[in-house]
Amino acid sequence: MPKIVSSRFDLADGHTLQGYVRTGGYTALRKALAMTPDEVTTEVKTANLLGRGGAGFPAGVKWGFCPPGVFPRYLVINGDESEPGTYKDRILAEKDPHQLIEGVLIAAYAINAAQAFIYIRGEMAHAQERVAAALNEAYAAGFAGHRVCGSDFSVDVVLHWGAGAYIVGEETALIESLEGNRGMPRLKPPYFPAAKGLYMQPTIVNNVETMANLPWIINNGGAKFAELGNGKSTGTRLFALSGHVNKPGVYEVELGVTTFRDLFEKPEYGHGIRNGNKLKAFIPGGASAPWFYEEHVDLPLCKPTIDQAGSMLGSGAIVVMDETTDMVKAALRLVRFFARESCGKCTPCREGTTWLEKIMERILAGHGRPEDVRLLMDVSDNISVGLAWPPKQTTICPLGQSATTPIASAVMRFPDEFAKYVGGSVELKVKPRGSAFVGPLTVTSEPANV
Amino acid sequence: MSDTQAVEAPAKSTITVVVDGMSVEAKPGELVIAAAKRVGVEIPHFCYHSRMEPVGMCRMCLVDIDTGRGPALQPSCMIPVAPGMTVDTKSETVKKAQDGMLEFLLINHPLDCPVCDKGGECPLQDQTVAYGPGESRMVEEKRHYEKPIPISDLVYLDRERCILCDRCTRFASEVAGDALIQFTERGNNTQVMTFPDEPFASYFSGNVVQICPVGALTAKPYRFKARPWDLEQTESTCTSCSMGCRITVQSSRNELLRYQGVDSDPVNWGWLCDKGRFGFEAVNSENRLTTPLINGQATSWSQALDAATGAIRAAIDRNGTQSIAFIGGANGTNEDAYAWATLAKGIIGTGNVDAQLGDGVSADALLGLPRATIDEACAAGVLLVVAPDLKEELPVLFIRLRDAVMNKGLKIVEVTPKATGLSSLAAVSVQHRPGEGAEVVRAILGRATTGQVSVSPDVITKAAGLLNGAPRVAIVGRTNLAEPAAAITESISAITSASSATKFLTIARRGNTLGALEMGLTPGVIAGHRVGGPNGLDTHGILQAATEGKIACLVLLGADPLSDFPDSDLARRGLAGAGTVISIDTHPNASNANAAVVLPASAFAEKSGTTTNVEGRVSTLAQKVTGPGTCRADWMIASELAWRLGGDLGIESTADVWARLSQDSTYFAGCSQAAFHAPGAADGVLLPLPEVVLSIGSSTAESAIASETDGSHDVAETVEDVEPTEIRVAFGGGSVASRPAPQDAFSLRLVVGRELYDAGVALTNATSMVSLNRGATMQLGSHDFDQLGVKSGGRVRATSSRTSLVVEVIKNDAVPRGSVYMAFNQPNVAAADLIDAASATIDIRLETIS
Repeated sequence: MPKIVSSRFDLADGHTLQGYVRTGGYTALRKALAMTPDEVTTEVKTANLLGRGGAGFPAGVKWGFCPPGVFPRYLVINGDESEPGTYKDRILAEKDPHQLIEGVLIAAYAINAAQAFIYIRGEMAHAQERVAAALNEAYAAGFAGHRVCGSDFSVDVVLHWGAGAYIVGEETALIESLEGNRGMPRLKPPYFPAAKGLYMQPTIVNNVETMANLPWIINNGGAKFAELGNGKSTGTRLFALSGHVNKPGVYEVELGVTTFRDLFEKPEYGHGIRNGNKLKAFIPGGASAPWFYEEHVDLPLCKPTIDQAGSMLGSGAIVVMDETTDMVKAALRLVRFFARESCGKCTPCREGTTWLEKIMERILAGHGRPEDVRLLMDVSDNISVGLAWPPKQTTICPLGQSATTPIASAVMRFPDEFAKYVGGSVELKVKPRGSAFVGPLTVTSEPANV
Repeated sequence: MSDTQAVEAPAKSTITVVVDGMSVEAKPGELVIAAAKRVGVEIPHFCYHSRMEPVGMCRMCLVDIDTGRGPALQPSCMIPVAPGMTVDTKSETVKKAQDGMLEFLLINHPLDCPVCDKGGECPLQDQTVAYGPGESRMVEEKRHYEKPIPISDLVYLDRERCILCDRCTRFASEVAGDALIQFTERGNNTQVMTFPDEPFASYFSGNVVQICPVGALTAKPYRFKARPWDLEQTESTCTSCSMGCRITVQSSRNELLRYQGVDSDPVNWGWLCDKGRFGFEAVNSENRLTTPLINGQATSWSQALDAATGAIRAAIDRNGTQSIAFIGGANGTNEDAYAWATLAKGIIGTGNVDAQLGDGVSADALLGLPRATIDEACAAGVLLVVAPDLKEELPVLFIRLRDAVMNKGLKIVEVTPKATGLSSLAAVSVQHRPGEGAEVVRAILGRATTGQVSVSPDVITKAAGLLNGAPRVAIVGRTNLAEPAAAITESISAITSASSATKFLTIARRGNTLGALEMGLTPGVIAGHRVGGPNGLDTHGILQAATEGKIACLVLLGADPLSDFPDSDLARRGLAGAGTVISIDTHPNASNANAAVVLPASAFAEKSGTTTNVEGRVSTLAQKVTGPGTCRADWMIASELAWRLGGDLGIESTADVWARLSQDSTYFAGCSQAAFHAPGAADGVLLPLPEVVLSIGSSTAESAIASETDGSHDVAETVEDVEPTEIRVAFGGGSVASRPAPQDAFSLRLVVGRELYDAGVALTNATSMVSLNRGATMQLGSHDFDQLGVKSGGRVRATSSRTSLVVEVIKNDAVPRGSVYMAFNQPNVAAADLIDAASATIDIRLETIS
């Protein structure tokens, strides 16, 4: 398997222009500029590059959603990676910022963007510095700005530093923040960014990793990219492995081939659970994903399969919890994150997540009552109707509902741990409908296509 | 009674949706919540407000919406109707969502309903009873904040009660354009807050109290004054300016306690300015005239009326009817104005009657120009504004225009001697030096000009390009009190000669000026919008005549020339020179302090009647309380005086006024008191009625022939005597005023404008608003200011041809180069002292003082 996006992770000077160009950097940009924008888009469509931000929408198809003839258009790169356990985009921006910038320039050319904005999360200072330095180098070398590489194509690339809000990872909130407003999601419709985005102009919002794939795709062809992976899950993906493994880190794996077990146990990846402990549970795709357990470890890392099993690969954050983990505490940690990051716009999320946090804190402080477990599930149900997976939300964006999945996972799988804290078990009123919540695992041999 | 509301495009294809089994025809783009309401299905909500953009925050309006893919919970305030849509507002899922949402909203909401102003009229309370859970399952501590905190001089915020619906913050930024309150913090700590050290100083702050769905925002003048169930209310019309906003007047135990805005579609959309909203404080004030006075001594009505009639008779006997003059009457009702005009012109026989105080525009312009409605102004496409600062004078008209600019593509071309509240919204703001206004108007209308103006040719070209010959609608009014009304007449003439199709909204000072003029409180016009009656002097002429000893008896109808007439020196000399001064008023003021006879009058909400707004819309005024002491309605006082003078106004009730008017006048044909109170007339009645055809006659200048009557004491007889011509008053235009060159190279031209908060009786007697005025300062643009070499806030000596005064000076780039600006009728320094009403422009020299 070729390393598509992580090839320079081990180079000492991979983040500099010199190191990047020495290893073949900016050849794809020149190649793309020799093609028409439509040809570039076609190549990306052929690659079937799925968005790497979490939703997994095909990037080439998304580019085609810009209403024809409406200009200026903008390209916005979502680098506001903030979910617990998610840190792949940070490594990409720190270790190989030019690859990101080259991808941005290719995408900007393909959609004919007037300006591109790279939005980097506020807390990722090192990544910001690296991207800023790389941008300065790229401008000085004529790769960005006026007449890119001497062609007729000009584009400004602007680095924007976030101010520390998870919600800004939601694309419409990110656009609000870019415009200088409070980072709160916009109403959809009518504000699908491709039609009305930044400054109410057509805007394509793509993830950092999605951009990082573009130079390879242009250099090697979309068909070559599509050969990698399984079915419609083409190419490779970065996974941020953390938790109770011996060797946490960001690893590039081929989609649909590598399994969770490979990732946890192979020496080049996680190299086993710490202290030889047994696996208790793991989060397959970010803090909002329903938890997986021992029976799921042989599933391949492949979007349709994971979807079918009742969870998601999401943002590529895999968190391993071994047998020593207190699942009530683990759930509180996740709920607290969402409560703190709620933007405060929709009532169920603003009030509900904090209430969940307060109940969990009370339970852990030893003041739990048996009925609190039912209350946790009822409150969750009022945020995310029926606790189904895929979820149904009562809010504008999925943040509020995200706080309910760790509750549902922990309560359904580990009722005894709750019972121990609250002094008895109670019958639940709400019956979650997600297969990962309630089991058993059923996955058809042929994963359904996206 | 119909409006000219039919500006809506012919009905486009409608969309049929099913709401709770009922079929609803909806307009494309209409929101589900609005469509449902029309068939009587009330979907509970907090953040949704029909006059603001939906925000989808509270999630209370979630209903099951099925567009073919099965029912799904959707916010009905954000989803527009779509063909084949089925809406279920009562499904089990919806009920559960509503129950859950209310539980969420209540977990942190304090249960202080028993001491909350909103308790009893609280949407959160009401909806909890209707849709919510019986009890809370929250056992943890609620959110706590300091409560309440003042966010402005008039409004308090209790963040514990706030449910974060975004109504107040949206109002501030979307509707008022004063984005001074915002959300701070996030998640569960989200709170509404002002910026540090910047209060929510908006002219419209009271509206957020009215639209708050909980008791988080309360108004200082109403806090803890009453419980909603103790309030009695009646609908009325605000008369604090000529916008004519519909309100409910609420009282308890014969005390006015609150006004709330009523959503009148052609007028105020439910919004009010703070001066109007809290104006009841002046009515309730302890400082009211409660008993008749003779030379300052309390007396009985019969003695005071005898004294007044004695003075009038003596004046007639010694100096003739023209030695009697009436100033004022524009603050009262139409019925009051009718009575006074008929007394003055019919019974006494004087033509020296003027409802305006030299601070408005010519009666010709107010009565004779083809009139536009507010809706027509907003829908004009391109609107020409040559008027005073509308944000200061007709604040709710400003809100309507702002909406038209922001949301409906209206382009405003403004011609003004100083940047106004509209300037930032205007497509072009042409800011000129005093004296150049008409010349600038001619230039932007592509007419031949006679002289140079100080405005850049680019600005003129841009404005001319937008106007493309002539505007469909123009808003006109007195742009500068330091220039005579003739200047604005000249500007209007420039517009009418460019196009006869232009319609006008003519701005006058005071609530019922237009109504008062239509009733005859101006020379050359008699009751019923008719040309005729004895000719006479306007307020300027009356005061001038008084200085010459020609006015033996001056009657002030709620008028205070010493404070309101732009030339205070002339006003002082006029009042001193007038023989006997009789004042009919609600409050003591500078002009009636030394009046020989003072008759206490009923104030707003103490009498019923009608008022006429800026667009000619007649709407009702309701009595809600009984006035203090022995005060009486003006029309009764006038009737009494008429009777004592041996005449008879022929009215025993306000209904009689309309019976007479509809008979005597084509303009008021079809009007009756009952018609104004008819259910269909909730938004008032726009006159003349569509079926009335008025013949446009020649100008008042030609037709208003002075008919000197000599005091025939019977109204009917008198009216016949003068044979009023049954024609509509026409705009007579004006002569080109001479524009004097600047006095010298160092002098600056004076601009004087009204601000919302001044030293008028409505504010000085309102305890919550008395300190809101900004005071008078001499304001200069950067260039002139820097030349002066004084620090901002320093003091200078300002000298005009009239006088010299010391005033604080500040830098303000709203003032164009070469001009200085002062606010009118402020408590500290009187700009009117500097003004010579006979002068076309006022030049000011500024000197630094050590």
